[in-house]
Amino acid sequence: MAAHLSYGRVNLNILREAARRELREFLDKCAGSKAIVWDEYLTGPFGLIAQYSLLKEHEVEKMFTLKSGRLPSADVKNIIFFVRPRLELMDIIAENVFSEDKLHSSRDFHILFVPRRSMLCEQRLKEQGVLGSFINIDEYILDLIPYDGDLLSMEYESAFRECYLENDQTSLYHTAKGLMTLQALYGTIPQIYGKGECARHVANMMLRMKREFAGSQNQILPVFDTLLLLDRNVDLLTPLATQLTYEGLIDEIYGINNGYVKLPPEKFAQKKQGESSKDLPTEPKKLQLNSAEELYAEIRDKNFNAVGAALSKKAKIISAAFEERHNAKTVGEIKQFVSQLPHMQAARSSLANHTSIAELIKDITNDVEISFPVSASESFFDNLTVEQEFMTGVDTDKVNTYIEDSIAQKDPLIKILRLVCMQSVCNNGLKQKVFDYYRREILQTYGYEHLLTLNNLEKAGLLKPQTNSRNNYPTIRKTLKLWMEDANEQNPNDISYVYSGYAPLSIRLTQVLARPGWRSIEEVLKMLPGPHFEERQQLPAGLHKKRQQGENRTTLVFFLGGVTYAEIAALRFLSQMEDSGMEYIIATTKLINGTSWIKSLMDRPESQTP
Amino acid sequence: MMKSKADEEDFWHSSKCKPFTFDDEDDEFSKLKESKQTVNNIRPLVDEDEDDDDVEKVSWSGEPVGSISWSVRETAASNQRTDREPTLPKSSTDTPAISRSLSGYSLSALFKGKTRGGNFQSFTDSLSDSSARLYAPELRKPKSEYKDFVSDWSPEETVHRMQQGKAVSLEKFRSLQDKLFLLDFAVSANDGNVITAVLIYLKRTLSKEVLFRELQSRQMALRHFIHYLTEIRDQRLLLELFRALGRTEDVALLQYKEHLSIADENKRRDFLKSCLNLPFSPEDSAHVQDHYTLLERQIIIEATDRQAERGGKVEIFQKFPRRASILNMPLITTLYYCCFYHYPESEGTYSSPLNIRQTFRISEKQYFVTALAARAKVKAWLDVDALFACRNWLGFTRKKSPLSFQRVVDILQKNSAPMQVLQEYVGLVDDSDLRISLAQKHKCHDIVINTYRDMKDRQLLLGYLPKVERGSVEEKKINELLNNLQIRWKN
Repeated sequence: MAAHLSYGRVNLNILREAARRELREFLDKCAGSKAIVWDEYLTGPFGLIAQYSLLKEHEVEKMFTLKSGRLPSADVKNIIFFVRPRLELMDIIAENVFSEDKLHSSRDFHILFVPRRSMLCEQRLKEQGVLGSFINIDEYILDLIPYDGDLLSMEYESAFRECYLENDQTSLYHTAKGLMTLQALYGTIPQIYGKGECARHVANMMLRMKREFAGSQNQILPVFDTLLLLDRNVDLLTPLATQLTYEGLIDEIYGINNGYVKLPPEKFAQKKQGESSKDLPTEPKKLQLNSAEELYAEIRDKNFNAVGAALSKKAKIISAAFEERHNAKTVGEIKQFVSQLPHMQAARSSLANHTSIAELIKDITNDVEISFPVSASESFFDNLTVEQEFMTGVDTDKVNTYIEDSIAQKDPLIKILRLVCMQSVCNNGLKQKVFDYYRREILQTYGYEHLLTLNNLEKAGLLKPQTNSRNNYPTIRKTLKLWMEDANEQNPNDISYVYSGYAPLSIRLTQVLARPGWRSIEEVLKMLPGPHFEERQQLPAGLHKKRQQGENRTTLVFFLGGVTYAEIAALRFLSQMEDSGMEYIIATTKLINGTSWIKSLMDRPESQTP
Repeated sequence: MMKSKADEEDFWHSSKCKPFTFDDEDDEFSKLKESKQTVNNIRPLVDEDEDDDDVEKVSWSGEPVGSISWSVRETAASNQRTDREPTLPKSSTDTPAISRSLSGYSLSALFKGKTRGGNFQSFTDSLSDSSARLYAPELRKPKSEYKDFVSDWSPEETVHRMQQGKAVSLEKFRSLQDKLFLLDFAVSANDGNVITAVLIYLKRTLSKEVLFRELQSRQMALRHFIHYLTEIRDQRLLLELFRALGRTEDVALLQYKEHLSIADENKRRDFLKSCLNLPFSPEDSAHVQDHYTLLERQIIIEATDRQAERGGKVEIFQKFPRRASILNMPLITTLYYCCFYHYPESEGTYSSPLNIRQTFRISEKQYFVTALAARAKVKAWLDVDALFACRNWLGFTRKKSPLSFQRVVDILQKNSAPMQVLQEYVGLVDDSDLRISLAQKHKCHDIVINTYRDMKDRQLLLGYLPKVERGSVEEKKINELLNNLQIRWKN
């Protein structure tokens, strides 16, 4: 099931196994039959670590979602709460425990905090008078979750908001801890580079933690040569742009959550004759997306415009393979064909799924000239045009008519905010008049309470008025070659294919670091926020790698505050380039896209926060 | 943290003696052992091949059968139909009640349940009396309760122990200096959990003035404190803190945010009024003023209209019953509402669209779009027409729009305008290609035909013939044009 984690350059299955082992140990600590009460948010991340079968082996007989009121009845000895350390959840737990006691039950209670226990929460439980009811209070350190063969995520949604808005660096502490665990498993990383305040902070904590462990030499041959820590706020532009890779578009349109996507079911129904359309399923179709699926691994990082061709090529191969059955004459040949059937069937259903998804996306993105009615596709195309104008620096200092019209049509607020923020970022802040105009239009149309959201975006540096300093975006764009005319979408020769022209700034920084080095772009680095730095970690003698001629180096790129699928695609592209000499493993606090990112910065009424 | 060398020496010296060490292991040594243990525990796993979920079953919803979120639903559902619930086989083999000897572990681990490094101890299995219950470090216990394990930990050691989840007492840090040392060590350890714990203690034992003053020079601790106050929703103290720090805009925004939790509209209005004097930035200040004015009006309009609707005498409310209250709706929605129900009102009333436009400085375009959509919705085509009226100096009227006519057609069409109306505006689209495709879409045959005629494109006109109805006026018109010898066709 998790085999795809071990195919990559670095065997990330080691990390998953370590996490599974800890889980088993905790479960065994609560002897007897158990029921788990889940903080619903955690089921997604846990799904990447374990299946129900593992829990069942350890006598987990029931699972519930954490809800206020009374716990459902279950004939088990232990009730275990799996929760994030959040105060409002403590109140629910307290309620659960209280209503239980009245029921003369003798069930034992336990809490497992993920990823860290919190004194604040324990204090709340104590104030509620239930702390003493718990036999075990423990923590399950789930910092870095293996997401795919080359991808680790903390699944820490609020990291960007906490770091750049609330100035709360708890997530950075977890990051540093996670990196220490990683080094315990994969060896000390000899070189650390970084750019940004948070990167600096994480590096400092890592070095400090290492000093505290001084004396215990890590005797593992280092797997990673370099660690690159990048602050998300060094590159605020990239997540705002619409991703144009296959996986990126799936995420933009339907949202990929913990490796799963939910899709409208219509296109997936297997049509049987005589079936009326009434029988079509109405529940969304849920699919898991990762490199375990051969076809998906092949196409996910392609520009969407190249996906159709790849799918039809694959279709030909598969149907040819099925045709082989006519050539199978001898028993041996037939036997061989049959033995391949399961694989072929799987390939066929995978192809069917992705053809359907591609169709769904095509309906939305289809390149239209002038077609009517004014459809989703037209708006997608117009939206893209405006984005590209901004990224190439066209008219970023004026009020944009498309944005204005979109507000007048009351398009979704997040769409508006993405565009306005992008314009601001590409202009190093908006002219005061333009800034005021957008703000007024937004508040008048969507409600004055969004004043709070607008202020958040300003604090995060996404939507701000221009200060005296001049607009340095054009210099950055030119030096780092962020815009490439005639990007080749079918057979890319540069990372800019992932946004059909725009080369993500974050990945350019990564690319330049590998060759020719950051010294060549000192000027630009100074224009971007936060310090840039280099640190070395001493390796014990004998652990220095003797590199073979032509052997690739491995870099772990850690995005503090989130990374998009398109950026990941760009890094994978660099890994695969023949002459790059570098393989990249990616780690992040959370996989994001412009929408989920802006959403995390919005201010909602207190009552709506979970 | 600035200290003189001598001070520091003193400080270390004073904490050297440990009259009673609860933890009998040397800290450095135990840490080393733990980290090694972690690594050792993890290594052999790679070779273990016990993963039996190689074959993945998938339910219709696509979620693998057996995935956690699937199972939460399943087991919960089976719980509801307990009568036919299949009992899961209880395996007695795979949960051995490991009764490990406790000797290898410090007693203090009891207060935590595990030693550091993720190596869980199954001590609960070996102890069955109630004393085995676990207590988290308790911050508020009276000192007397701690007398068994009060020890003279230095601030640094205390922080270390807290990081490891071991029991500590903060009560013995009495002097301000001690408390600040404690805080500084907590901060330098970067563990938010520990910092917060120390802050809770400081908040309880220091006066606000002193605490605020000291936090001002300790930004990291300050940020955690703000986060902590936000978490526990101690709005009052948070506001005081912001004031003390001179962060006036934060004060204003934080206070303003409160209005969201006030449900009653009158109370909300009064609250917004009280916000008007808060130190917002000038721009925000104007917006908050508008917010207040808007709600004030909405309350008046809502009361009047509700009555009018109940009275049953006002035609428009009978014809188009109101679907929802206008309270707390955005400004543009309110404008739309007023254009819908109160269009002809003179500028003097609160609900007059013109008055709203003036009061809130609504841009021409926004006003235009909103009024257009609203008047089209009530099918007041004369009003729609009037919106575009523009007299030039000769007194002719000419249609002018701040919006492209393509958008106008779009809005009209969405509000199911009749053909005659649509046709008029399609005809005003400048770009001929755009005009034709719009006309084709909305079946404005006249426009298509006229445009082709003007383009002198015989082929296109001929091609359009099958698209009009047999025997219709349009068909006749096309045929007449095709037979007209005076037109010089270009093809």
